[in-house]
Amino acid sequence: MSTTSGTVTLTSRQLARRRRRAARARAWRRFRQNRAGMAGLVVLTVVVLVALLAPVLAPADGLEVTHATGGVLDAPSGEYWLGTDANGRSVLTLLIWGARISLFVGLMATVISMLIGTLVGLTSGYFGGWPGAVLFRLTEWFLVIPFLPLAIVLASVLGRSLVNIVIVIGVTSWPGTALLIRSQVLSIKERPYIERSRALGAGHRHLIGRHLLPNVVPIVFANTTLTVAVAILSETTLSFLGLGDPTRVSWGSMLDDAYGVGAITTGSWWYFVPPGVCVVVVVLSFTLVGQALEEVLNPKLRQR
Amino acid sequence: MSDIRLEARDLAVEFTSRGGDVAVALDGADLTVKTGEIVALVGESGSGKTTLARALTGLQRPARGQVLLDGEPLGYTGKALKAFRRRVQMVLQDPAGALNPRHTVYDSVAEGLRLHGLSRHDPDGRSEEQQVADALSSAGLRPPERLFLRYPHELSGGQRQRVLIAGALALRPDLLIADEPVSSLDASIRGEILALLLRLRSELGLGVLVVTHDLGLAWNIADRTAVMYLGRIVEAGPTEEVLAAPQHPYTQALLSVVPEIERLEPVVLEGEVPDPTHIPSGCRFHPRCPALASGLAAAAGVEDDCHRVPLPVLPASEGHRSACHLVAAQKGTTRV
Amino acid sequence: MSLLKLKGLSVTYRTEEGPLPAVRDVDLTLERGEVVGVAGESGCGKSTLASTVLRLQPSSATVSGQVLVDGEDVLTMRWGDLRALRWAGASIVFQGALHSLNAVRRVGQQIAEPIQLHEPSVGAAEVARRVGDLLEQVGLPASRAASYPHQLSGGQRQRVMIAMALACRPSLVIADEPTTALDVMVQAQVLDVLSGLVKELGVGMMLISHDLSVLADMSDRIAVMYGGRVVEQGPADQLFTDPLHPYTSALSASFPRIGDPAARYAPAGLAGDPPDPRELPPGCSFAPRCSLAIPDCTTAEPPLELKRPGRGVACIRVGESV
Ligand SMILES: Nc1ncnc2c1ncn2[C@@H]1O[C@H](COP(=O)(O)OP(=O)(O)OP(=O)(O)O)[C@@H](O)[C@H]1O
Ligand SMILES: Nc1ncnc2c1ncn2[C@@H]1O[C@H](COP(=O)(O)OP(=O)(O)OP(=O)(O)O)[C@@H](O)[C@H]1O
Ligand SMILES: [Mg+2]
Ligand SMILES: [Mg+2]
Repeated sequence: MSTTSGTVTLTSRQLARRRRRAARARAWRRFRQNRAGMAGLVVLTVVVLVALLAPVLAPADGLEVTHATGGVLDAPSGEYWLGTDANGRSVLTLLIWGARISLFVGLMATVISMLIGTLVGLTSGYFGGWPGAVLFRLTEWFLVIPFLPLAIVLASVLGRSLVNIVIVIGVTSWPGTALLIRSQVLSIKERPYIERSRALGAGHRHLIGRHLLPNVVPIVFANTTLTVAVAILSETTLSFLGLGDPTRVSWGSMLDDAYGVGAITTGSWWYFVPPGVCVVVVVLSFTLVGQALEEVLNPKLRQR
Repeated sequence: MSDIRLEARDLAVEFTSRGGDVAVALDGADLTVKTGEIVALVGESGSGKTTLARALTGLQRPARGQVLLDGEPLGYTGKALKAFRRRVQMVLQDPAGALNPRHTVYDSVAEGLRLHGLSRHDPDGRSEEQQVADALSSAGLRPPERLFLRYPHELSGGQRQRVLIAGALALRPDLLIADEPVSSLDASIRGEILALLLRLRSELGLGVLVVTHDLGLAWNIADRTAVMYLGRIVEAGPTEEVLAAPQHPYTQALLSVVPEIERLEPVVLEGEVPDPTHIPSGCRFHPRCPALASGLAAAAGVEDDCHRVPLPVLPASEGHRSACHLVAAQKGTTRV
Repeated sequence: MSLLKLKGLSVTYRTEEGPLPAVRDVDLTLERGEVVGVAGESGCGKSTLASTVLRLQPSSATVSGQVLVDGEDVLTMRWGDLRALRWAGASIVFQGALHSLNAVRRVGQQIAEPIQLHEPSVGAAEVARRVGDLLEQVGLPASRAASYPHQLSGGQRQRVMIAMALACRPSLVIADEPTTALDVMVQAQVLDVLSGLVKELGVGMMLISHDLSVLADMSDRIAVMYGGRVVEQGPADQLFTDPLHPYTSALSASFPRIGDPAARYAPAGLAGDPPDPRELPPGCSFAPRCSLAIPDCTTAEPPLELKRPGRGVACIRVGESV
């Protein structure tokens, strides 16, 4: 059958790599055109840097109540830019270290939630039949039971630790992702190219790995950033309700403490405003980045 | 080389809609394709050609009947299907949708090779790139390297169709089932693809089942032709006989509307559109049959049979045969 | 004023390996109640031409020239006007659009959508009735409105696409290979519907097909494209019976004829490879495959000239031999 049996001089792999790189550059260009997304990205970069550099910016012993140097609920001053808390610790130090915990919980919970969501969504969409139906019902069930009571129950059963908080948020926030992926998979499953691949001899693993996953990954990706925002908020809520890890400072636990010592009634705004603003700004940034990503990655929204 | 045969035995496929209607898309079909032979399956849109092709490649599980390869019934386990598909390949009907929009032409053609581990172990020792290039150029896409990294949306309709053909041929199957392989190609490339099929048949002994509504294509390349109507094969036999001396009134009507035949008076079929959820009693073609409407059947005394007596499934033999009461009656009278 | 007028239209795709001129300097007019056929080899730019008329070309394409619909240039039109045009004035049946139907919605809903968007005052019952009518016009039972796309055969899906394009009673229809997936019987039916539209409603239609018999049957005039250019243009009844350009001759000669013993096991074709739009040969792009080519053919691209009344041909050998 060989009509041309000259040597193929071309290194198709290199070319393919170049082409992929060009596609990434294009996506980045499109992202950059989105002002809101860029603003979000800048804010997030700063917050992440601050969180990573926390030990340098604010030495850890500033967190120890026993080493506290300031007075009780001092207003902001040259020495304590954001004042002090009820134990005399610098609020700025707490805020910087709090970023670490809030981001860590947000990201880890998102990873868990994405894994579960993708797995459940993919299997329930792809396999159909009764296993699919059962998974779908399960997803719906998780979706309708209110998050907070479930999280409170889980948190009190598992105990108050950082890992447990991650798990609690992770296992309660996946149904949205699962539904999204399921609907996407259901529509891709009927495409003729899936049938062509089957006719070529593909099994389930190939179909999922080569055709379905690559099609849902961009959506998962865009969805991730939105989930991080939700997870950070959840962490704040749980910590505020006193279900957080008591040994660590997060933005949520700062709010809880502020509330506990009556910072609001005494007018010590510097204790509760900074963590509140941080939560809002970070959550907003993640949302903005998520929307921008979605626009870049989802060809349907990209059309003129 | 001994012949490899792909057989459909009394194959039936049903689809149940949400409302509970059962569409009998394929209602008993006997068909054989051998290596070294080209068979054309023609018929109206919706007559069940694609359904038969899909059932033959194991993409659709039949409600009744069997698919046999070399006398062995096809198993529907993953492993059996994969081995089967190494030998029996299919080119899908819709070239626009049958390529993954995220895969390059190269990846699409190499997909089958990789699935069957041929990209590393080619019998001729060619590299994967060489195999892909050969497949593309034999499907008339030259120079092949030009197209390697294109995405489907950057190809014209005809180029996509040839990429599909290349993808199937890259596996060097024994048998190829091609669903409308040239429908979106212009006359010159159509000629090239058909010539390619003829060449593969004579050089490698490929057996081909072409599904088409293009009777000219059947005339061009097919050894045998089978005509389908509403889920059944209604006439089959050597192409020269079926197309030059059609027996069944449906085949006659089909031939008469082929645009390039001027000597025939076009018979555009009247009556209800065939609907697989409501298959007529008796002969399934009788509500639209021109021979019945013109009184020909009444004259031969088979009018009642046409309305009431169902016809048996046409057996898969080599000769020219058709499922029609009128034809049976006429043959009977000439023999007497 | 002509319904549609293309003036010097060129479309070039930007690709990794450099610019790809898909359509080059095409002039074409279409009047109300007229059918203009466009023929040509696969990849010669027919679909590109069609999508540019409604400014639906991909963003990687650069367009020059003019596309005048009712005298207004579609290419520079305001976005609002363009949308109005796409909804009500003109519609397009895409080639191989079978897969562009939404897989998870019933076809009836999809046909109804443009009607509901464009004429919100129409009641639900009326919409359902019109959907049923449209389906019957294209030869499908009205009950098929409840099917999902994957439950239909290829030809049935193609007919749904045609019904969708006709839903808003457009005055300009661009049909890109509308009957490719259809068998001869339904093709005859659908062509009937289309020509009925042209005759009764005065719709103008640009019909793209590689099937010459369809074009000869349906069109008033035919333009033959090769390598992105129109190489011959003229009345439908003359073009294929008396072709002037060597490519047109080859095209009409390669048409299959049933019952002809010479055609058995001998599918006719055209020797040589189709031109690569990125590296067009110098001069006439058909010259490398042309049996009449002389050295002069490769010096300059022949312009489309009137060689006979109403017959434009781009070939230096035509006229000289007549
Ligand atoms: N998944 C499905 N569910 C319900 N009905 C179906 C399904 N697939 C096919 N059908 C019906 O079965 C019949 C046969 O379809 P098939 O695709 O085999 O036709 P075809 O002969 O290939 O037609 P075409 O030439 O138009 O492609 C059609 O009436 C179609 O509507
Ligand atoms: N988006 C794109 N990017 C780059 N090149 C393209 C793109 N779309 C089409 N092309 C190229 O442009 C040329 C013309 O394509 P077009 O789809 O217009 O052909 P066509 O005449 O409609 O062919 P067919 O009859 O096969 O449908 C082809 O060479 C094709 O490969
Ligand atoms: Mg089909
Ligand atoms: Mg096209």
